[in-house]
Order: sequence, then structure tokens, then C-alpha cells
Amino acid sequence: MVSIVHIPDGFLSTPVWATLDVAAFPAVGYMARRAQRGFDDARIPLLGVMGAFVFAAQMINFPVGIGTSAHLLGAALLACTLGPAAASVTMAAILAIQALVFQDGGILALGPNVINMAIAGVLAGYLPFYLWGGGRWRTAAIFAGGVLSALVSAVLALAELMLSGVRMPAAILGVSLALFLAAAVLEGAITVAVIGALEKIQPNFIRQPRAGRPWALGAAALAGLLLATVGVLFASAAPDGIQRLGRQTGIAERAKALFSTPFADYQAAFFQAGWERKAAGGLAGIAIVYAACLIAGRAAARKRRP
Amino acid sequence: MKRPLIEVRDLRFRYGGGEAALNGVSFRLDEGESVALFGPNGSGKTTFVLHLNGLLQGEGSVEVCGLPVERRNLSAIRRKIGLVFQDSESQLFMPTVLEDVAFGPINRGLSRPEALDRAMAALRTVGMDAAAGRAPYHLSAGEQKKAAIAGILATGPEILVLDEPTTFLDPPGQRALAELLAALPQAKIVVTHNIPFALALCPRAVFFQEGVIVAEGPTAEVVARFRWNFDSAPAKSLR
Amino acid sequence: MHHIVLERWSRGASALHARDPRAKIVPLLVFLTALATARRALPEFSAVLFLLLCAALLGARIPLLAALARAALVLPFAAVFAAVCWLSGDPARGVAVALKSYLSALAVLTLVATTPLPALLRGLEAMRVPLFLLTVAQFLYRYLFVISEEAQHMSKAAAARGAPVRPMASSGARFRAAAGALAVLFARSYGRARDVHRAMLARGFTGRLPTLYDLRFRPADAAFAALASLAPLAARLAVERIG
Ligand SMILES: Nc1ncnc2c1ncn2[C@@H]1O[C@H](COP(=O)(O)OP(=O)(O)OP(=O)(O)O)[C@@H](O)[C@H]1O
Ligand SMILES: [Mg+2]
Repeated sequence: MVSIVHIPDGFLSTPVWATLDVAAFPAVGYMARRAQRGFDDARIPLLGVMGAFVFAAQMINFPVGIGTSAHLLGAALLACTLGPAAASVTMAAILAIQALVFQDGGILALGPNVINMAIAGVLAGYLPFYLWGGGRWRTAAIFAGGVLSALVSAVLALAELMLSGVRMPAAILGVSLALFLAAAVLEGAITVAVIGALEKIQPNFIRQPRAGRPWALGAAALAGLLLATVGVLFASAAPDGIQRLGRQTGIAERAKALFSTPFADYQAAFFQAGWERKAAGGLAGIAIVYAACLIAGRAAARKRRP
Repeated sequence: MKRPLIEVRDLRFRYGGGEAALNGVSFRLDEGESVALFGPNGSGKTTFVLHLNGLLQGEGSVEVCGLPVERRNLSAIRRKIGLVFQDSESQLFMPTVLEDVAFGPINRGLSRPEALDRAMAALRTVGMDAAAGRAPYHLSAGEQKKAAIAGILATGPEILVLDEPTTFLDPPGQRALAELLAALPQAKIVVTHNIPFALALCPRAVFFQEGVIVAEGPTAEVVARFRWNFDSAPAKSLR
Repeated sequence: MHHIVLERWSRGASALHARDPRAKIVPLLVFLTALATARRALPEFSAVLFLLLCAALLGARIPLLAALARAALVLPFAAVFAAVCWLSGDPARGVAVALKSYLSALAVLTLVATTPLPALLRGLEAMRVPLFLLTVAQFLYRYLFVISEEAQHMSKAAAARGAPVRPMASSGARFRAAAGALAVLFARSYGRARDVHRAMLARGFTGRLPTLYDLRFRPADAAFAALASLAPLAARLAVERIG
């Protein structure tokens, strides 16, 4: 059984979840606007039902080796069929339902999970297909997309845990990375097999990467990849996470001087601060998330009626 | 001569790249009339009714109440035609039965309380008012069918189009539905494989085969001519 | 199935069920934040929060033991994590993570067990979460049952056809068979989405989903929201003073 981590609440430190929550809201808002653009209202039922499909797909087991099986995670498959923006929204909806209804993944950790799987995972899954999906390397591109989507999600999750100050012995870290890699290769193989079968049933399900390429998505996908790579390096190089990095580069000091963010509890001074301040910091984090989505929502609404 | 409610001329349609599903269908429905659509599986009945409110658009002409089915008329035409789909699972998409039934009236611009009143009235008509607060996926298949029909009645259409309305209904339920529909003043098109139901409800029938209407006439005659009955012995039914 | 039980619970009639969803979402966020940022006297604080949640669940007449067991779904994951922490010489973090993740899950469960999902989504909409995302989530939840059932039928049918005849079928062949099944499920889901959209259009859908739930934030809701938000904060203050 291979599965990618849905981080529950309580695992991540406040700066990590708060930052990623703040980042996730505008990202999903942007994807939602993109997913709606250029298509008619048919998207609402389509994305919903395909989300249900990804849920249900977990019931179909793919045999790997003796007695073990894997199942589809779906980010790359959705990206190659519905397009990256629609796939992102669908994955975000899946994560929300999983967190609310199945207690699979936390609520405060929803931002991190969305970033890992619905944003970075989907974009990483789409990038190779987008670049090479039209040519001779199509199958390889789909495979690479599946691998990348799973790997990027998992590595980001791992990096976030390490940033939260979890120390992992090198051996365990190595084993986790190996497991993630195996899972990622399986996801690639499953994605290729399903898309192959799908092309036999109804070829027009699979998108054909077009010549006119939206730059923003490509750039965002690259950024996701980069982030993940950095995450790996970071995770293996700096077991103490951000504290060490902060100390080494003095970033923490400068950051403190610049923002003196109320929820930066990785600062030594802040550790000694009263819990009231930390709770206030956490609440401020939520307030900021809320304000960010309000502003993003306003901007979106203003854009829609010119 | 009376103005027809629906006038279809030489309608042709093929699904993306496949064989023709409709191969020149001409059809007419008059005010207050009820017509049964018979025909073997895959003969194009569902495809045909999807053209009546522009969910599919093929070659040829389709007019509803004098309006050609084209983009600018679609919302007016969809007000006039209430379409009950073959598969009620797809038709009941809202979280509760009451909300689902109220979906149409709200889209028609009714206020929320008005829409809910209408929805409750429609649910009472089909005997499903007790299930108003339930989720559609917890209903039995027959109950789903009734809720779907209520969802159409609540929109107050001038023409009712029902694609296999009796599937999953128990025999008393089928009888009750026939009585209910017979009491409604609207013109009706009923796609069905249920002969007693069609005989009870529709004086006229047409028969589809491979995308065309190959016969039409009094329902009993059409049934007899195609031996379109479970227990009709060939000789007797040909008479 | 999990969500069916939750749904039954959420249609209860207690005072907690009757609260406006927003009056429950806000305290939940306060609760989660207070817990996530807690460091000192965590076991004591957790015990108090646990009692608070138990009181809420009992007040809402939700079977307590069943709810406690349901929230324990996070524990296996937390246990692995705790083991890792213990191995790397940080057992305190392991315990903290297990406590925090369990209590967080229980708190979320208390919210969703007392609020039907449509109402919850409506509350989130009123709090300006993008409607598009919420609607997609609503449709996802609606068709979860339908598509899952199809998937189950398919895997049963595949097992009935393939397995007994060729138990030693090559792994590659079974892999391809599973891929074929998934492709069919995909195509069916796609067709289902098209049918749903047609049914929506046929009833006059113009691209804007109507919202039926009229939320009304009453004084009682405000009072509840304030009290329920203050409770975890007060608990933390008290516990850390004493501890
Ligand atoms: N979405 C689709 N894509 C491709 N072909 C289709 C599609 N829907 C129907 N067809 C084909 O069009 C033809 C007519 O189908 P239709 O559903 O109209 O038949 P029907 O008369 O309603 O049959 P039944 O009695 O089984 O409901 C069939 O051959 C069918 O395979
Ligand atoms: Mg049909």
C-alpha cells in the first residue's frame, strides 16, 4: 500500500502552516479563476464528478510484487485530461472533503496539503506533458509527469515536517526517500497505463499540448519543481531545519528586524514569550489568511466585471 | 389546423465520429396530445428527446411552440419543456431532495420561499413530501424517479418529456404515475418500454428503428404491428 | 461507511446542531490554533480540551465512544511519526504530535458531526471561501457514493471474471487489467458529468448555483461563538498558570 502523506494538524510548526495557508488561498483562487475561464459552466459538475472519480479510483488496486498493491493518486492524470487549473481545483476540493469528512489531513494543515498536492503536485505532473507531450516523447513525458507529481508532493511534505523542526535520523530519511521514489515510479507507471487504456476507449479525453503556451503556468510549474528540489536538499542537509539555516545566514535576525512577524515562533526570543503572544500570533495568522482571501476575492470580483 | 407544439423535420445527428444516431426524423406533437415513443435499445429515442430542448443540436429543424431551437431561444424553450431523464441519479444533483426540486423554480427567478412552496407542492403531487429533507443518494431507485419527476413538475412546463419514467417503479407505482400524468393537462412525450403504461396514457405512438421513425399510429396498433409486447404471441398480435 | 454515519449524526436536533455554521467554524479555528501553538503543560491542556470536546459531543447527543474511535483514525500515522521522533531522541515531540493531531481531528469531527455538509459549505461561502471551489466540493461529495459504487462493482466483476480462472495471471496482465478498469471508470465518470450538466441545463441553469440555505446569525449564535472561542483560551490560561 503506497500512499502520499496527508499531513494532520499538530505536525507542523506555526510559521510553516500559517505561511503555507496564506500562500494556498490566493493560489487556489487563481486556479479557480483559470479553471472557469474560457469554459462554460459545464466545469462545475465535471470537476466535482472527476474528483469523486479520483476518490473511487483508490478502490482499484494495482498489483506490484507479491501481496502489495498501489493505487492511483491522480494529480498527473487529471492534469493531462482536464488541464492543470481544473486539476488543481479538483485536487483542492478532494483535500477539503478528505479533511472535513474523513479527518484525513488537518484543517490548519489544509494549506500545506493543498500546496503539496493540488498546486505543486499538479503542476509538476503537468510540466513534462506540457513541454514534450505533443511529440515522440509523449509516453515518457506522461510517465515523468506521474513520477514528478508524486515525488514533489511527498518531498514537499517531508521538507515541511523538517522545517517544523522534526529531526530524522539519516537512515530513516533515506528509507522514506526511497519509499517515496518507489511510490512515484508506480504513480508514473499507473498514469501511463491508464492514459494508454483511455486513449483506446476515447482518444479525445487526453489533451493535446498546444503551440500557444500560457507562460504563467509554465513558470509556476518550474517554481514548484525548484521548490521541491530545494526541499530535498534542505531536508537532507539541514536536519535542524530552519533554525539552523536562520542562524547560519542571519536571515532570522534580518527578518525579525524587517517584519517582526507576530507568529514567527522559531525565534529564540519568541520561545520565551508568553503563550498569549503565540496564540495571538496564530490567530493573527488566521486573520491574515482570511484577509488574503477577502482581498483576492475582491480582486477577482472586480476583474470579472470590467 | 391547430398549431403544433413541436415540429421536427428531417432531423439528423451523429455522436462525435460515430455512426448516425438519428437519420432523418420527422415528428409532430399537437396541443394536449400524449405520444409514446417505442423502439429497440439504441434506436435513438433518448438522442431524439435531447434535441427537443437543444441539449443536442443536429441537422434539420426543430421548432417548439413556433420557436426554432437555437441558441437565442434556448432559455425560453427550456422553460416550456420539462425533461425527465432516463437516469435519475444524474438528475438529482443537489444535496437534498427539496433543494433539488426547488432548483428549477429558483433558476426561473422565483424567490426562495416561493420556490420552496412550489417544490413541496410538487413533492406532494408525487407522494414524496416525506422525503424532502433526505439526500438523493439515500433514496431507492423508484423514489429517486419520483423525486426527479417532481423536479420537473415544479418548473411548471407546457410540455412534459419523460424518458423511461416507469423504470424501477413497482406496479402500483407505475399505475399511480399513469393516473397522475393522465390528470395533468400538459402535452406529453413518453419514451417507454412499458406497454400497459403507454396504452393507459398515450393514444398515439411512434416507433423508432435505427434512428428513424418507421411507423406511427394508435398505440395498440403500433404495439401489435411490431409485436412489441412481452406476451404477444406472433399470430394473435398480427390479427 | 464513514460518511454515512457522519451524515446521520449531522442531522441531529441538539442546540449545537441548531447553531449557525459560522458560529462553529470560528471557535474551531480558535481551538485548533490554541492547540497548535501550545507548548507548556501540554498534557494538562490536552486533558481539559478533551473534556470540553466530550461535553460538546455529549451535549449534541452523538455516541461518544464511536466519535472517539473515529477520530483515532489519525493515530496510526501519528504513531509512526512519534516513533521516528523517539528514535531521533525527541520523545516529547512525539507525544505532543500524537496529542495535538488526535484532539484536532476530534474537534473537526465535532464540527462536521453537528453540521450537515451543505450547511457547512454554505457557512464557508458566507466567510468568502471561493464559491466555485465549494460547489465543486459539493458535487464531489454528491457523486462520491455513485462513482465509488461503480468502482466497487467493477473491481468485484473483475475479480469474478479474472481471478478464479487465472489466479497466476502475470502481474503485468493484471496491472493492465486494472488500468483498463480505471479507464472505463474515468469514461463513465466523464459521461456522468455530462449527463448531470445536461440535467442542470434542462432546468434552466445559467451558470450560477442557487443557494438555498438562508443562514441567520442570531444572538444565540454570537453568544455561542464567543463562549466556545473563549473556552479553549481560558483553559490554556488556567492550565499554564497552575502548571
Ligand atoms: N454519448 C454518446 N456517444 C456516442 N454514441 C452514443 C452516445 N449516446 C448514445 N450513443 C449511441 O447512439 C445510438 C442511440 O442511442 P440512444 O441512447 O438514443 O438510444 P435509445 O433508443 O434511447 O436506447 P435505450 O432504449 O437503450 O435507452 C446508440 O447506438 C448509442 O450507442
Ligand atoms: Mg434511452
